[in-house]
Amino acid sequence: MDKKIKSKLKEIVGQNNFFDSNEDKLTYSYDATPIFNELPEAVIFPENTLQISNIIKLANTEKFNIVPRGAGTGLSGGSIPVENSIALVMTKWNNILEIDHSNLTVTVEPGVITQNLQNEVEKLNLFYPPDPGSASVCTIGGNISNNAGGLRGLKYGVTKNYVMGVEMVLPNGEILKTGGKNVKDAAGYNLKDFIVGSEGTLGVITKATLKLIHKPKSFSTIIAFFESMKDCSKTISDIFNCNLTPAMMEYIDNTTLKCIEDYAKLGLPKAAEAVLLFEFDGREEEVKEDTNNLEMILNNNNAYSVKKAKTLLESSKLKAARRSAFSALARVKPTTILEDATVPRAEFPMLIELVNKAGKDNKVLFGIFGHAGDGNLHPTCLTDERNKNEIERAHKAFDFIFNETIKLGGTITGEHGTGLSKKEFLENVAGIPGVEMMKKIKSVIDENNILNPGKIFTTSPRCEGNLPFNNKQIKPFNG
Amino acid sequence: MDKRRENLSSLINDDLLSQCIHCGLCLSVCPTYVTTNLERSSPRGRLRLIKEYADDKNKLGNIFEDEMDFCLGCRACETACPAGVKYDVLHNETKYLLSKDKKVNLKKILIKFFLNKILANPSNLKLYSRILRTYQQSWFRKMLHSSNILKNISSKLFLIDELTPQISKISSDEIIDEITLPISKHIHNVTFHVGCIMNVGFAEINLDTIEVLKKSSCKITTPKNQYCCGALHAHNGELKKAKELAKNNIDLFRNYEYEYLISNSAGCGTFMKEYYELLKDDKDYLKSAEIFSSKIRDISEFIYDNDIKFNSGKFNDSVTYHDACHLVHGQGIFEQPRQIINDICDKNFREMHNSTFCCGSAGIYNILRQNDSQIFLDQKMQNIIKTNADVVITGNPGCIMQLRYGVKKNNLNLKVKHTVSFINEQKGI
Repeated sequence: MDKKIKSKLKEIVGQNNFFDSNEDKLTYSYDATPIFNELPEAVIFPENTLQISNIIKLANTEKFNIVPRGAGTGLSGGSIPVENSIALVMTKWNNILEIDHSNLTVTVEPGVITQNLQNEVEKLNLFYPPDPGSASVCTIGGNISNNAGGLRGLKYGVTKNYVMGVEMVLPNGEILKTGGKNVKDAAGYNLKDFIVGSEGTLGVITKATLKLIHKPKSFSTIIAFFESMKDCSKTISDIFNCNLTPAMMEYIDNTTLKCIEDYAKLGLPKAAEAVLLFEFDGREEEVKEDTNNLEMILNNNNAYSVKKAKTLLESSKLKAARRSAFSALARVKPTTILEDATVPRAEFPMLIELVNKAGKDNKVLFGIFGHAGDGNLHPTCLTDERNKNEIERAHKAFDFIFNETIKLGGTITGEHGTGLSKKEFLENVAGIPGVEMMKKIKSVIDENNILNPGKIFTTSPRCEGNLPFNNKQIKPFNG
Repeated sequence: MDKRRENLSSLINDDLLSQCIHCGLCLSVCPTYVTTNLERSSPRGRLRLIKEYADDKNKLGNIFEDEMDFCLGCRACETACPAGVKYDVLHNETKYLLSKDKKVNLKKILIKFFLNKILANPSNLKLYSRILRTYQQSWFRKMLHSSNILKNISSKLFLIDELTPQISKISSDEIIDEITLPISKHIHNVTFHVGCIMNVGFAEINLDTIEVLKKSSCKITTPKNQYCCGALHAHNGELKKAKELAKNNIDLFRNYEYEYLISNSAGCGTFMKEYYELLKDDKDYLKSAEIFSSKIRDISEFIYDNDIKFNSGKFNDSVTYHDACHLVHGQGIFEQPRQIINDICDKNFREMHNSTFCCGSAGIYNILRQNDSQIFLDQKMQNIIKTNADVVITGNPGCIMQLRYGVKKNNLNLKVKHTVSFINEQKGI
């Protein structure tokens, strides 16, 4: 990147908010996605909306790219820098602006950490249900951009069900305000729903108003272990068939269980073939009745070591252990490729079988866990990126899994987003007209393709194109 | 591969490094990241930089070195890391390599002298302590302080002076007998590590420890002429000296028969529990290091594990607890001291916000990086003040010094006590 552009950027945000040392570029070259990484040209911490608008205008005239970023815990590469880009980091925007008790809304800046938001509203007996695995670190801006889900998806839905209004700086520098505190709003296109899940390709989110609900009065957390996968699958379908709706129903396989236990040391029986972790919440009588019904089903299906958490601490320890699953799997092998295949929930047991088959056929190891309640599975391939051959086999296994998922009526990602790592599969699930429509929207809103280009789908270069920015981009001719 | 790279890759373990899957779960618990909001000040960022350094050290500059020093070594990231990355090992190895490369300057010579010539040598330590005590008692110090001369000459020296513990009249190992018998029943055979700073600067805490062990049915052996554990050496790039001290301690305690070796200093306890890791490449010592490490117990851990109860009659003060990094993150000791304190003070225990965040003491960090250290101390003091407690309890000498300075700085009426002193104040078992 040209020095002149850099000094213009410094002018906009100030010397203190501009970083371009090797150390800073390196430490913003990744997010939580394995294998992908790319150095940004600079790292920038904007202080207000006007600065963001000015940076975007500069990017349009000087032709560089902008990749917005929160805590960098994404799992599809959405916040990994692209060529000739700056990382626009929003973590300092961490103020909760308003909690509106009577309208049941909370208005926040995008850098607010999800768990901090949850803790604050719960002090007022309110509740913000979406809770991605990385809730203690990830930010609301990132949650909205990827339509994050979490452990409570079955009963409470995902981030998109809670976004009521968004303020965003558009790719031309204008500021869009859409939605608000109204429960009903039929005025024009539902723009906020375009923005949810747009992965920073349509603008930079600067404010959001989110829906809250009342905090459930009581809850119970139950963990159950199974000797066979069959018993576990039967339990899942029995629960659906008798109209029980747990707030949480998490599946954990044996490999994942062992890793979780090694980290959390809760004394869980490591030999179990499968584990289900449940939570019911609501009014006390309701929770009691549901828990009794569940215990009956578990009994009929040979579950063992069934344990109900006695204290709040015990329950939060169990849930925290489940949240650690993805990272804990790195205890087996250093590269954990976590996928996000999702099927209509009744097909969930079938999907687990298919993943196991993919692992066997391609001779790669899988750790499997996921949200049994909403059909969102996380088959995690345990590999080592230094072993090229194994990585290739892992990709083959995932090709198979994605194809089968789509055949079951499923989708390639339930809650992580498409980003870099899943864009080649997008057409399979969205169809050609679907992807074309997305591309058209993108090209109309972001004329110069400066905001997080190359994510979700590849925009084909226009014929005239840009001249190469620097020498590195010109490959020597060896003819 | 050239020689330098061979050296680097053999020292910085590639398998340990690639265990980090950069998931980011360490970010929110890292005091330096939370303060700067910069990824390079986070554990995941530092590991990425160490990886780059192991590949080619010429790519990184002063910022990298500064980040390695800025890290408190509190190991909160290890507690948070589900993947089990051994951050501390990698951090220490990198600091060792950096210190080998660094140009010699006065600061480095002074640190080296302090670590290798004073701490590592018991008789020198006592000699210098006596000189220090004479100074602390003298009219000269009073004058320096009352006239603000020292503060005007160097605010750094002034802070060092303030942070230095009041040297005890007699070091504890001169008072404690080699064998101390239990008050009543004899159930456990334990040995006691007196430490270096604890021995000369906190003799009364060592004496409290002996008293509490006596009441806990222990026959206590306290070998004479003990060695510093070497933790400060390892954390400041003096790995070789640390290994030497570890071997000295192993050889010394080998002569005694005991179930547990009791430590009352979180930093020493953690480091001695990890001797087996430090000496893993030393065939002669590997086995004995494993045995030595397996017997180390922190005093609060020992009391909790053996279900020893201390009851108080009446207790009116409200109490809060600060987790020493090397207890909670280094040894996973969280419940134990809380349980003991709760048993004693009934309902007067008040948990503080972020109790597991470092107070900024961090070995000799508060001397090497005074300004940064004060940021973490100020955050900690704010959280303590919010509890309105009369007493703050902790399990490490470094934290006690730092928190006592915090009390003075903020003009508070607050007592800072070691867990074991708090127990010993109570009557009866």
